[in-house]
Amino acid sequence: MTMTVLWTAMITISLAAGLEMGRGPEVAAAALEGAESAIKLSLSIAGMLCLWSGVMEVMRRSGLADRLSRMLRPLLRLLFPDVADDRAAMDSIAANVSANLLGLGSAATPLGLEAARRISRKGPPGTASDALCTLVVCNTASIQLIPTTVASVRASAGCATPFDILPAVWLASSLSVCVGLLACRLFARLWNDLPRPVRPSLRREVPHV
Amino acid sequence: MSETLFSMVVPLVLCGVALYGTARRVDVYDALVRGAGEGLETLLRIVPALVALMTAVSMLRASGALDLAAAALAPALDRVGLDARLLPLMLTRPISGSAALGVGADLIATWGPDSTVGRTAAVMLGSTETTFYTIAVYFGAVGISRTRYAVPAALCADLTGFLAAAWAVRLCFPS
Repeated sequence: MTMTVLWTAMITISLAAGLEMGRGPEVAAAALEGAESAIKLSLSIAGMLCLWSGVMEVMRRSGLADRLSRMLRPLLRLLFPDVADDRAAMDSIAANVSANLLGLGSAATPLGLEAARRISRKGPPGTASDALCTLVVCNTASIQLIPTTVASVRASAGCATPFDILPAVWLASSLSVCVGLLACRLFARLWNDLPRPVRPSLRREVPHV
Repeated sequence: MSETLFSMVVPLVLCGVALYGTARRVDVYDALVRGAGEGLETLLRIVPALVALMTAVSMLRASGALDLAAAALAPALDRVGLDARLLPLMLTRPISGSAALGVGADLIATWGPDSTVGRTAAVMLGSTETTFYTIAVYFGAVGISRTRYAVPAALCADLTGFLAAAWAVRLCFPS
């Protein structure tokens, strides 16, 4: 429904604004050109998109994602302290994050949803726990190492070095992810509406009865 | 040195993945071809949305409404180092991936892939995600209605991504 509202608003605003500013004919021509340029764009990025999906499948089958997720585990333990003792949940979080890093979009979502299901089992029903909010923010921030779609768009516009933006992309993505995670930590204190879960480190200090 | 390295990223990754896969006894060619087929399916899924959204975006641009909105917000955006021409991209990015791709491709084609606007658009597309869509998918899948601070935290990340994209392009490509 969101897209229906958005699309209808865009069309209505362009028609009204175009007529108001005496640019009716331009709007009419643009309606046809837009559809055509969508197909042109799709065709020009198709080759790169297919090639890269193939490379991803090779990465997946050769276990590159598994390897990466093992390397990420210590870091993720720090980001998800509330579920650090749940091995299965940490496994799916690590798999989700590494799939995102490698740009395996179609694999990342099911893994992330699996992680979300495992995390939400521990939290209060119907309410997002701190760990779940962190997982969602990790997935709404882009951490893809090689943004191939946008590179192929640049290449199709006649750019000779479509990947020269990589350092800038890495810089911007890491800043964005860091701020997102910091915001999670900060907001977790402000939204102090959930009982604090018992951290594994605290649990160990409780003597056995 | 780094420039040639980044221009060689595709052949390097291709070769590296092929060698690694072969060493791990993966049928590399079969995986490559099957994966490419999946890529085609992905593309087919986004083409209809691209047609609908690029039509709307190109109408919006031709009508002059975008220029009007950009002109109104230019002073405020300028203060934080953002070009007003990037406004449509920043507005669509959190809502729809296809719309943002269409708007971004339009900016890149209009102003040139190596212009500051074109580069910033590309970095914005590469360093942010379709926030609202992702949030809807995740919370919908596990039946969560009280999302607490997930939306504001994710939007903080998006806003940082936009500002950082403009800053990183200025830093990496001083003109």
